Amino acid sequence: MAEAVRAARAVRGRAEGSRRSLGAFGRALPPVALLALFFLYPLVLVVRQSFRPDSGGTSVQPYADVFASEAFRQALWTTVWLALASTAGCLVLGFLLALVIAFVPFPGAKAVARFVDVFLSFPSFLITLALLFVYGSVGMANGAWTGLTGAAQGPFQFLNTPWGVLLAEITYFTPFVMRPLLAAFSQLDTAQLEVAGSLGARAPRIVRTVILPEALPALAAGGSLVLVLCLNEFGIVLFTGAKGVTTLPMLVYSKAILESDYPGACVVAVVNVLISVGLYGLYRVVSRRAGA
Amino acid sequence: MLVHSRGARWALWAVFLVLFLPLFALPLLVVLGASFATHWSSVLPSGPTLANYRSATRGEALQALTTSLLTAAGASLLALATGTWAALAGAALGKRAKRVLDALFVLPVAVPSVVVGLSVLVAFSQPPLLLNGTRWIVILAHTVLVTAFAHQSVSAAVTRLDPAYEQAAASLGARPAQVLWRIRLPLLLPSLTAAAGLCFALSMGELSATMMLYPPDWTPLPVLIYAATDRGALFSGSAVAVVLMAATLLVLFAVSRVRTRASYR
Repeated sequence: MAEAVRAARAVRGRAEGSRRSLGAFGRALPPVALLALFFLYPLVLVVRQSFRPDSGGTSVQPYADVFASEAFRQALWTTVWLALASTAGCLVLGFLLALVIAFVPFPGAKAVARFVDVFLSFPSFLITLALLFVYGSVGMANGAWTGLTGAAQGPFQFLNTPWGVLLAEITYFTPFVMRPLLAAFSQLDTAQLEVAGSLGARAPRIVRTVILPEALPALAAGGSLVLVLCLNEFGIVLFTGAKGVTTLPMLVYSKAILESDYPGACVVAVVNVLISVGLYGLYRVVSRRAGA
Repeated sequence: MLVHSRGARWALWAVFLVLFLPLFALPLLVVLGASFATHWSSVLPSGPTLANYRSATRGEALQALTTSLLTAAGASLLALATGTWAALAGAALGKRAKRVLDALFVLPVAVPSVVVGLSVLVAFSQPPLLLNGTRWIVILAHTVLVTAFAHQSVSAAVTRLDPAYEQAAASLGARPAQVLWRIRLPLLLPSLTAAAGLCFALSMGELSATMMLYPPDWTPLPVLIYAATDRGALFSGSAVAVVLMAATLLVLFAVSRVRTRASYR
């Protein structure tokens, strides 16, 4: 008898559970439908358009055309190396700065950490705008140089080259590395540092053997986020206005808006999405492992 | 304390300042300085003036400011509603379904914003939904871009929510809608306002998708700044940029005031 009651309860429980989960699915439906209509469906249309050359019909001709073009290969290479170099720069710089803020604090270190948060809420192109005044042809640095030496031109002429974009990207994205690092450092037990120090380890060794292993998950998560953001960065490159620096997002813009070559723009867009969604998936896996 | 010798500590701080000030503080100061100047041909800007601000707060620029504020407010509210709905609905789902939902809603972060702009342009330039050339296409693209951030921060807060409150309310006979309205949303208010601030700031500075989509009568501030610098008007562009930063900060400040009041309640 007791058996039967328990079995009946179990069945009813399961039925209730499935009814509840059906209701939960129903409630999740409207936002998913909105996302599908306004985000996924447009992306599908981009993929469809990438297989439809202007001459009509369905073919892989747009892909063949784009992959064969020198401009695309150049842009792909520029995008990848700029993103990798910026990420490396952000990791090194962000680690150093976060290390000082967290473990060699100075009066005002808190304010600096707050400033980093504010920095994140400004758009990226402001950095390029500012660099025009600092290193531009008649900017601060060149002005100082010509004022001191009497030369007609200053030595800083790198803004219109990929190096200008690299400097701007490192500046803008370093805070994205610093924030998870500072959060990770605040959870690190300082007693470990004291013990290591009292046992005679010097600062570089403590950093290498105690702090770096603890920071590794945050570094991995921040680094891969920055890598994806750099691959997709548009404002900095647009404001640089350099003809020689074309990245994939810039190519999408110029093909679609300036040349009205929609199939070509869609092909570049598909490639760009594949690269960055793949990397972002990797980032999600890494950061979930890291528990960040 | 990692470094015990005083000399080494000062040396580290010096290195920190040498790296930090030129890289992070200088850009903002330079834009601020340029916005009050007419020339910059030596170390410091010259020709102090307020004319940049006079032109940055009227006519075209004032209209762009209104456009940006309206776009950002509209996009953040829509994104907040969708993202919160998805986060709350996701919390009731099973583990696997929730993971799929999270992945779907985080996807707009991974897709380049230029591509989001392109896809919206391709999709809504044709019937049945013809939005191209209207302001709605800009607001729509911004909403798509910031929804991911709203969903992310609200769903993080939902998982931290203490279930005891809603269980107590439900056991006292509150209907699910009452529990949602009287218990869960008020408890979520601090993170809702934080998410709103984040969405607003992101939308105010959005340039990539906007460049693909904006109609001539709906020009947000970043596009205006680009247009100014592109034709060489760097100083008036800087003044508009300062207006953009100030407006963003003011709204963020107001939102954080709401947040502290909400968390004290």
